[in-house]
Amino acid sequence: MATVTFDEATRLYPGAERPAVDKLNIDIEDGEFLVLVGPSGCGKSTSLRMLAGLEEVTDGAIRIGDRDVTNLAPKDRDIAMVFQNYALYPHMTVADNMGFALKIAGESKDKIREKVAEAAKILDLEDYLERKPKALSGGQRQRVAMGRAIVRSPQVFLMDEPLSNLDAKLRVQTRSQIAALQRRLGVTTVYVTHDQVEAMTMGDRVAVLKDGLLQQVDSPRTMYDHPNNVFVAGFIGSPAMNLLQVDVEGNAMHFGGAELPIPRETAEEAGKGGRKITVGVRPEDMDIVGEGQGLKTTINLVEELGADAYIYGSAQIDGKDHDVIARVDGRRPPMKGEDVWFAPQQGHVHLFSTTTGERLPT
Amino acid sequence: MLIKTINAILTVLAGVGAALVLYWVLNKLVELLPGKWEDRVKPYFYIAPAFAAIALYLIYPAIQTVVYSFANADSTAWVGLKNYSALLGSHSFRQTLFNTVLWIVVVPAATIILGLAIAVLADRLKPGSEKLAKTTIFLPMAISAVGAGTIWRFIYATNPPNEPQLGLQNAIVTGLGHDPVNWLQLNTLHFNSFELMVILLWAQVGFAMVLLSAAIKGVPTETLEAARIDGASELQIFGRVIVPQIWGTVITVFITVTIGVMKIFDIVYVMTNGNFNTNVVGVEFFNQLFTNFNNGYAAAIVVMLMLAVLPIMIYQVRHFRADEAVR
Repeated sequence: MATVTFDEATRLYPGAERPAVDKLNIDIEDGEFLVLVGPSGCGKSTSLRMLAGLEEVTDGAIRIGDRDVTNLAPKDRDIAMVFQNYALYPHMTVADNMGFALKIAGESKDKIREKVAEAAKILDLEDYLERKPKALSGGQRQRVAMGRAIVRSPQVFLMDEPLSNLDAKLRVQTRSQIAALQRRLGVTTVYVTHDQVEAMTMGDRVAVLKDGLLQQVDSPRTMYDHPNNVFVAGFIGSPAMNLLQVDVEGNAMHFGGAELPIPRETAEEAGKGGRKITVGVRPEDMDIVGEGQGLKTTINLVEELGADAYIYGSAQIDGKDHDVIARVDGRRPPMKGEDVWFAPQQGHVHLFSTTTGERLPT
Repeated sequence: MLIKTINAILTVLAGVGAALVLYWVLNKLVELLPGKWEDRVKPYFYIAPAFAAIALYLIYPAIQTVVYSFANADSTAWVGLKNYSALLGSHSFRQTLFNTVLWIVVVPAATIILGLAIAVLADRLKPGSEKLAKTTIFLPMAISAVGAGTIWRFIYATNPPNEPQLGLQNAIVTGLGHDPVNWLQLNTLHFNSFELMVILLWAQVGFAMVLLSAAIKGVPTETLEAARIDGASELQIFGRVIVPQIWGTVITVFITVTIGVMKIFDIVYVMTNGNFNTNVVGVEFFNQLFTNFNNGYAAAIVVMLMLAVLPIMIYQVRHFRADEAVR
């Protein structure tokens, strides 16, 4: 068990102009499940590989517990990793795959067999120990990869998109299994995914990265309720948050026909950006209001999910069409082609600077 | 030149044309059969010409050779097993057999080891240097055995002690103040045989290297990274993760080289003609047939060689099939 610290950790590939990971600072607590999430190319896998020792750290430091591991070889870091394509040794049986690290470490055969059996029991792999990876299904291979990590009882688990090669149903199932297993074992875990749903459902905390820069680290709840900037606001949540640029006049903003008050300092900040502000409203926080009292939206599509319905429409702001998504009561949703007026629920508005994208006080 | 070119083109056209006509006629013949039989018999008609060619040029001579191996020098009378017993009873032929075994034991294994070493090391170079290194090492492949012999004769060449040394090895030896050595006649511990093996290695390590290198590049990087995290040293990764994953290629190269070595002839013929105790089965066969005109001995030698190669061939085919089945 150990904490993990990224201290200004930077990875600059030779010949690249911009670092793949730029001054990353994260403190991961002992036993915590931290998810690194972001679009492809954001540096999340690179960060994980830096922690694993598979990628050089060009600047800054990485610590596991009190140990500075920045320049240690992977084998000296006491970590175990689950790879996206599992990276099982094709010529070894499941048991040998799981026991390989222990064999290299010079453990006795009995000890190895005992530990492998233990892990196989946890992962429901007992009947497959003598098989080669080729003769396993995708889900079983994934579990072997997990088993290979568990057997070593390392200080930190690293997982690089371990679910992305599974089909949708199995992915959801395995997602909860991994989260439950991690809680049971209590081993500090760093988990990389591009799927924000995975991030939100599994992580104790979620770290959002973009272009090698850390955007925000918070619990899923906080991340959802208080996104630090426009990027996080748009990335976290499904369907995505409505982000619209609207006019500010005095201490109020125009949301279609509605005038909504905003704090004075926010209004002043908006003044620097040409009296514009980015307003963010989650689909579930959009209310249908009377004609002319909100943003006029033409409905393009209604997705009925039973209890709820999602409305996909377009609204005109400054003569340009913007997509609008809203969640409404599933029993009497408006019809496709209708015009409706939306206004945000009070207290559920996010405001961002149009120039910096940073969150502004609401 | 022009006439030769025209002849060549005519030959190709005639050959292809004749094949076309043959298949057209066969097809017409099959179509005369009633519907169901046509489908059943057609494949046999189509493979028949190829099969006939192999039978004529391969199977018939092979059987004829076996038959001749029981006959006398000019194939006029049966002698039973006398050819075999006389050969196996002679000291020089036993030496020849021993040399051949020596080649079989040393060359394939050395080819694999060198090929692997070069492939692994080249893999660590920058892409440009890797290409250059591999091309250079592969180049001797393109040189015929006679050409290679000429080159290596210069390396092993010997002049009397007081004259300037043309050979590279002797230049070094005399440069260090020793007397020149007559390398190709130096058969202490079969040293000259090993020198001939070096030529074959030089010529074909490139081939092994190319195949093994391709196989090594096919090993998924993730398994290497996984092993690195599992705590394996680079040597352990090579031995326990890379080699097992390319084992199929190693076996294929090993067997291909082994069969080649069993039939080794040209290098030995060019360099020593089997003298100075460097004789091998291939050269002995040639000399029995074309120097001594002893059909019986020559045939018996080939039959023994064939019997020795057969199990390896069968193993290779089996291994290849097993490999295909897994894929």
